[in-house]
Amino acid sequence: MSRYLLRRLLLLVPVLVGVSVVVFLVLHLAPGDPAEIMLGPQATQEDVSRLRADLGLDRPLPLQYVHWMAHVLQGDLGRSIRMRQPVLGEVLLRFRATLLLTATALVLSTVGGIALGVLSAARPHSMVDRLSTLGSIFGASMPSFWLALVLMVCFSLWLGWLPASGMYGAHAGGGLLDLLSHLVLPAITLAAASMTIIARLTRSTMLDVLRQDFVRTARAKGLVERAVVLRHALRNALIPTVTVVGVQAGYLLGGAVLTETVFSWPGVGTLMIQGILARDFPLVQGCVLVIALGFVLFNLAVDLLYAVLDPRIRYE
Amino acid sequence: MPRNRLALAAALVIAAAVLGAMLAPYLPLLDPDAVDTPNRLRPPGAAGHLLGTDEFGRDMLARLVWGARISLMAGVGAAAASMLIGVLLGLHAGYWGGHVDTIVMRLTDILMAFPYILLAIAIVAGLGPGLANAMVAIAIVGFPFYARLVRGVVLSLREREFVEAARALGSSDRLILRRHLLPHLLAPIAVAFSLDVGAKILATAGLSFLGLGTQPPTADWGSMLATARTFVILRPHVALLPGLAIFVVVLSLNVLGDALQDFLDPRLRHG
Repeated sequence: MSRYLLRRLLLLVPVLVGVSVVVFLVLHLAPGDPAEIMLGPQATQEDVSRLRADLGLDRPLPLQYVHWMAHVLQGDLGRSIRMRQPVLGEVLLRFRATLLLTATALVLSTVGGIALGVLSAARPHSMVDRLSTLGSIFGASMPSFWLALVLMVCFSLWLGWLPASGMYGAHAGGGLLDLLSHLVLPAITLAAASMTIIARLTRSTMLDVLRQDFVRTARAKGLVERAVVLRHALRNALIPTVTVVGVQAGYLLGGAVLTETVFSWPGVGTLMIQGILARDFPLVQGCVLVIALGFVLFNLAVDLLYAVLDPRIRYE
Repeated sequence: MPRNRLALAAALVIAAAVLGAMLAPYLPLLDPDAVDTPNRLRPPGAAGHLLGTDEFGRDMLARLVWGARISLMAGVGAAAASMLIGVLLGLHAGYWGGHVDTIVMRLTDILMAFPYILLAIAIVAGLGPGLANAMVAIAIVGFPFYARLVRGVVLSLREREFVEAARALGSSDRLILRRHLLPHLLAPIAVAFSLDVGAKILATAGLSFLGLGTQPPTADWGSMLATARTFVILRPHVALLPGLAIFVVVLSLNVLGDALQDFLDPRLRHG
């Protein structure tokens, strides 16, 4: 296992270098001078020159990258032009809100998806199975930002059960219940598409497993169907599901950008969009870098977990 | 055959959307950008406005039909650009192997190390908001999918006898790539493309929704949803209708893509 771990960590180095190059180049994609773009048309030549010097834009590109990376490795992601504060502190503060939303959505999609998949496989062609199939077709086609608005209209506007936006109510005191009530709609929105994917995969692997000999043996021994499905079949069907759950977790982290914007959830996604619209490039770079790093590290964790669950992976 | 009927219904929906989008200038519609503030936020069925009006009193039906032009064009354009770049790179990576393959695969690894929509947003952040830049961003983010698909198929084909025979007959590499390998790739590429167009429509609508794609006052389904967000409490139809349009078209594309996959891969038909 330690050799596998070492190999995976070594493979991570070129990916991380590549990610950092892409994030760095984001600032330099714009045709023209990034300093002029950031400061807008009203800026004086002096301001532009000062910002160019501050950001090191007057040096050759490879040197700028090395300089930027040296700072990043020391935890310095630069200063936000809009907020006049270090980027790292603000991004990490917002990242907690993003992680909370992503983790809740991941738990919802995993538990809901596996439960739906097992129910569908245990009774193929039943009402639950058909609804689950319909849900999976809808899930892949529905814009998440539209689902968010539909949920808002139904549960906040018409029924008045849940708050429509934010993380805490203005006069609710910021308690746990307040947080949870604000979390419900964004988490469901973010989890919906992943839940349908996990449900379909669990259903198909469960159907495969339920046809195997050891399941027939378990039934022949006289075990009740519930024990056959949950204790024998589900355990064996879970390995491919773990991989997909891992992949989905990464996508949830990215998808959170849209969901956060609709629900004004104070995460990295909303911060990044504010940064883009305000042309605050250091802030945007910081947000992209932190989410991408989270994504890469999460994928690594999933690969390692998978290797623990299925030892064959380590010896490939 | 209910599955065939479903595919037929999906094809009809797409045909209607494409026809509506193409014929928008000739249809008896109101001006999609004509502001009529006294008639703002009229509900569907209001006099002269079958689907109501938006926050500036603009006709929702006209904006939806004109918006289809942008949304469909953006989705198809971004998917086509992704496909062209991906097929070209995948074809050469699979055929030549070695350094070419390593460079292309590492490039796709790096791009796939980002969450899909995040990288597209980052690229638009650099290029600047706008529909063309949003399409470029989505095309860049999407090509690794095609590159990997095509590379995989070419890797298995390049050792086959017909390629060997073509080489023995003196065919150049270019001719082998174009005349012998490319035709074998058409079926998997067609399936991937048909499924990808829907995803690209969703992605471009997502960028427009964030204010990074189509800019006002141009109508496109994503930007219509974005501006309608503020008024969703007052008049839900302004947000629900463009979202419904995206949903129905993407759903139809996915159903049609699945049907095409079944048709081109007979093993799946009875699966």
